[in-house]
Parts: sequence; C-alpha cells; structure tokens
Amino acid sequence: MDGMHDMGGKQGFGKVKHSRDAAVFHAEWEVRANALYSLAVKSGVFNMDEYRHAIERMTPQHYLSAGYYERSLTSLATLCVEKGLVTREELEQLAGGAYPLAMPSAAGRSNHANRVSFVPGDHVRVRDEHVSGHVRMPAYIRGKHGVVISQSPAYPLADAHGHGLHADDEPTYDVRFEAAHLWPQGAEAAQVHVAVFESYLELHT
Amino acid sequence: MNTDPTPIASIEQRLDAIQTVLHRHGMQTAEFIETFDELAHAHWVPANGAGLVARAWTDPAFKQLLMTDGMAAVREAGLSMPVHHRHFVVLENTADIHNVICCTLCSCTAFTLIGLPPDWYKDLAYRSRVVREARTVLHEMGLDLPAQTQIRVWDTTADTRYMVMPQRPSGTDAMTVDQLTALISKDALIGVALI
Repeated sequence: MDGMHDMGGKQGFGKVKHSRDAAVFHAEWEVRANALYSLAVKSGVFNMDEYRHAIERMTPQHYLSAGYYERSLTSLATLCVEKGLVTREELEQLAGGAYPLAMPSAAGRSNHANRVSFVPGDHVRVRDEHVSGHVRMPAYIRGKHGVVISQSPAYPLADAHGHGLHADDEPTYDVRFEAAHLWPQGAEAAQVHVAVFESYLELHT
Repeated sequence: MNTDPTPIASIEQRLDAIQTVLHRHGMQTAEFIETFDELAHAHWVPANGAGLVARAWTDPAFKQLLMTDGMAAVREAGLSMPVHHRHFVVLENTADIHNVICCTLCSCTAFTLIGLPPDWYKDLAYRSRVVREARTVLHEMGLDLPAQTQIRVWDTTADTRYMVMPQRPSGTDAMTVDQLTALISKDALIGVALI
C-alpha cells in the first residue's frame, strides 16, 4: 500500500540525529514492547509480514506521531484483535482508556500470473502496479529499470504472507538502480540496491 | 450528547493490557521478556559481526566462505540468525566503493550479528534521506568520503540481510583477531563510519 511507512526519497526531515554508540532502547517499556511482539510471532499468533503490514495500516497521523516502539505495540494489539485473542472493547477496558489501532486491511494477492525468472545481468523493470495490500516494493522503484546482480533463496511472498494467505515461495533479486534515474535531477550520485520479489519484476526491453 | 472522546490510555497501560491478553492465552510473558532482554543486550551484539569481519581479514578461506555463502560462515562461527532470514550478504568496502545499509520501509537488520538497530537507523530522517542523498547524510554523520568513491546504498526490503565489511586499517598487521574485532564498531558494520 502507498502508506506513510514508505519513506525512501521523501524530503524535508532534516539532519539524522546520530550519536556514536546510539541506544536501541530508551525506556524499559520499549524492551517489553519488542519482547511481546516477538513472543507473539514465536507463538504463531502472526508472522513478521503480518506484523509489518499492521504497522503500515496505522493512519499516517498516528504513524508519524508514534515512536518506533509505539508502532510495534499498535501492530501487536491490532493483530491480537483481528486474530480474535481479544475484542477492542475488552482491550480498552483492560487499558483503562481508548486504544488506537491500525486501520483494516485491504485484500492481499498471490504470485504474479506472468512471473518469470531472471539471471544476473538482466535488465529489469519494476511493474507499474499500485497495490492496496501489503507489498515490499518501495514506491521509489515503481516503474523504474535496474540490473539484476544476484538472486536470493525463495521466500514466502510478502504480499500473500502479510495477509495470512498461501502463495508459492519465490526468490527476491538484488537489483541495482542508479539514484539519478530514480530521482532525475533530484538525487546525489549513488547506486541503490533493492531486494525485489520476482513477482514485482518484468524484463526491460 | 457526550462528544468528549475517551482519553487515550498511556503507553504503559496499553502495553500492560496486551501483556495480560497474551498471558491469558498461555504465553509465558514475564519469562520471555527477561529472556529477550538478555538476548538483546548480551547476545545480539556487534562483536558478533565484527568477529566475522576480523576473521575474514586474517583468514582468506574464511573470507571466501563469508563472501560466497554468508549463512554458512555464520554457522561455522557458531552464530545464528532467525529462521526468517535465509540469506546473508556481506558488502566489502574497497578503495573505490563504499557500502551503507538501511531499511526505508521499517527497520530490518541482521540484528543477531550487528545488534538491534540504533535509534537513528529507525528514525524517519535516515530512512527517507539515505537512499536519495547518501553523501550528504554520511557527511552530516561525520563520514566524508573522497569525491571519486562510488557509494552503494542497500535497502533491506526483503528478508535478505546485509553487513558491511569495512576496509582493514593500515598498521594492524600484527594484531590478533580479538584486537581487530575490538576496532570494528556497529556504525562501521552499517556503513556510516570507517575504522
């Protein structure tokens, strides 16, 4: 989905607040939030793609105002409600107040009908598709062409897995793009490598 | 008609509520939080990845394995990755090429090897900017690269995981693997610092 999470290339955020040996956690509750969603994944309540998608489904206003671990918590709580572990009303009663959750999901999708495999050196184009469900194609590569560098082992297709659907596992390709092509006259020189599912690609002719 | 919205529960209250729900469904929440805390702080440390790099610097056969089959090298070193990570790619910096990793969509990293991602890696500024203006971002973070250096940015958009192999500094020929390991920072394994 074209959600707020898809940050690559957005402008206006200012300097990175970097420090040496920067912390991972800034409060005890953050460790707990990370642990609890990990426990839910480990226990089979949901998978990592469903977890990511529930973060993406937060309203943009909530996504931007929440810190990283509040997004984790919101995804965890949303999925527990959607999977029937608790109702929203029970959750709000337990919490003693309103409990903001992510928005409902659109439909997922399966492998692309015209999926073909590629070899290193192939020139490929990212299909110009707009997907309302979970997708791991950052918007900045949509419709762009690049060169295949290598192939990964097969993975569950995130577009299906993120919706609890079954699809054939498929490889992702390491595709090299030129920043100047991704953002003409609007980027510094660099090669940008993206791991792209086979279903998202077609041969560039 | 009461139009006042119910106030939002505090983050701690919301977390307590979901912990109660998981506990009611038979999950050992308190025990797992303790286990996770230990893993995050004591086991998933950048010294793991640094050790792989230091060994590769000193052992050509191991370097060959690390570069061609990262997962096998991780296993051989007695380390591990979570089951959903099926591919581990090491990116070697050279005199001409500098690699840097990011995750524009979220926060994906090879966390068992380089540690969980630092705060700035997960922030919106790094995620939005590093793919589009890498040289400026690195400069702002204190890393100035020669103008002729080719920058490669690796966006972790799938479950392949990356780690940067920094260049070995000169004057370190006499150092042991442990001494070399101690030189290599988490920032260097991400690619936002040199050694």
